[in-house]
Amino acid sequence: MCLGIPGKIIEIYQKDFLRMAKIDFGGIFKEVCLAYTPEASVGDYALIHVGFAISLMEAEEARETLKLIKEVAEFENEIP
Amino acid sequence: MKYLDEYRDPAKVKSLLDKIQSIITRHWVIMEICGGQTHAFLQHGLDAMLPSQVELVHGPGCPVCVTPLEQIDRAISIASRPDVIFTSYGDMLRVPGSTKNLFGVRAQGGEVRVVYSPLEAVQIAEANPAKQIVFFAIGFETTAPANAMAVLQARKKNIKNFSVLVSHVRVPPAMEAIFRAKANRVQAFLAAGHVCAIMGFHEYPPLAEKYHVPVVVTGFEPVDLLNGLLAAVKQLESGRAVAENQYQRAVRFEGNESAQRAIRTVFQSVDRKWRGIGIIPQSGWGLRPEFAEFDAEKRFDLHKILSEESPLCIAGEILQGLKKPLQCAAFGKECTPQMPLGAPMVSAEGACAAYHTYHRDVVYERV
Repeated sequence: MCLGIPGKIIEIYQKDFLRMAKIDFGGIFKEVCLAYTPEASVGDYALIHVGFAISLMEAEEARETLKLIKEVAEFENEIP
Repeated sequence: MKYLDEYRDPAKVKSLLDKIQSIITRHWVIMEICGGQTHAFLQHGLDAMLPSQVELVHGPGCPVCVTPLEQIDRAISIASRPDVIFTSYGDMLRVPGSTKNLFGVRAQGGEVRVVYSPLEAVQIAEANPAKQIVFFAIGFETTAPANAMAVLQARKKNIKNFSVLVSHVRVPPAMEAIFRAKANRVQAFLAAGHVCAIMGFHEYPPLAEKYHVPVVVTGFEPVDLLNGLLAAVKQLESGRAVAENQYQRAVRFEGNESAQRAIRTVFQSVDRKWRGIGIIPQSGWGLRPEFAEFDAEKRFDLHKILSEESPLCIAGEILQGLKKPLQCAAFGKECTPQMPLGAPMVSAEGACAAYHTYHRDVVYERV
């Protein structure tokens, strides 16, 4: 139920009083509601749940996490 | 796909597994709250690769599983009416009620439609003014803002033939109930990442302190899950107990404030019964009185419904992490995903369904 999938915002428009977007999930396109991510703009990646963008993906934070994991790997490799 | 592939990298998975192995000195019991995480652990085979000292127990984070039987029976009663188009997330259709499920209603001529987004239910109401459209508004905090928006849209567009059958539940009161139970074995929690995308995790530091239990906000991909486990094991080994976030790319401390505002506008805190567990005080959301006109329980007469659980099902103990699915005598026999006795065998988040789908009833030799 709480499944959330990241997708890329490729178009933003108004519909039924709501800010909506066309989202690209790696080649599959869907309409989602941006009411809860008012700061979203075209090109952003958002986490999508039941047709709503619930969070914008933080590129900087994502890079940081991957860097820390890489350091774990490098540390492991140093142990003989 | 960006933000997915890099979190499924086998090399990163291996180094995280090695790291956990290198720091662990004793047996630890860690609960992943969210059923989506239970499925991800089993789907990727991570449970079999972890050091034997890590015992995962599976939490109640499966809305389909904890929606009380009475509410399923109410849904079935409403959906059976000839003037109703009943709309629901797909997962709910196979959940067993006392006598049948929503697929059974459909087989007998009832109109039951699956929607991807609750806004579709509002559109169906607009397109069918002669019918009553009811949406089954279930879910945890992740789903509540979407369901709230359906109600707000119906009000804004003055749609009178739309109502919601609400069964919303919240995670923190359930965590507290698990920790208070006498039989509790859980020593650390992986908190549900997408619930925290909405709510943030400001509710967890007091919980971590009060019960001296590490709480780690965790994502859903293999690298995320192991990163969350590593953080939990590090805390346990060092005797610390704090709330920390290992899902920074999607979760902020304060959460999504505009989504929280919509929840507060439409819903208020209520006591809620959890299937298999019982009533947990202030553990759910119900419609505020200002939105009572959209309450399906007030719109339809639902008084003469008698609910009865299967006597074979041990869903309550499963959902509290007290027993594992393979300890149930009915597992894979009387109870299968095709013919479930209890809700945990139904959903894409139920622990029993995960054990059945990924064949954990077959014993593998550890290599």
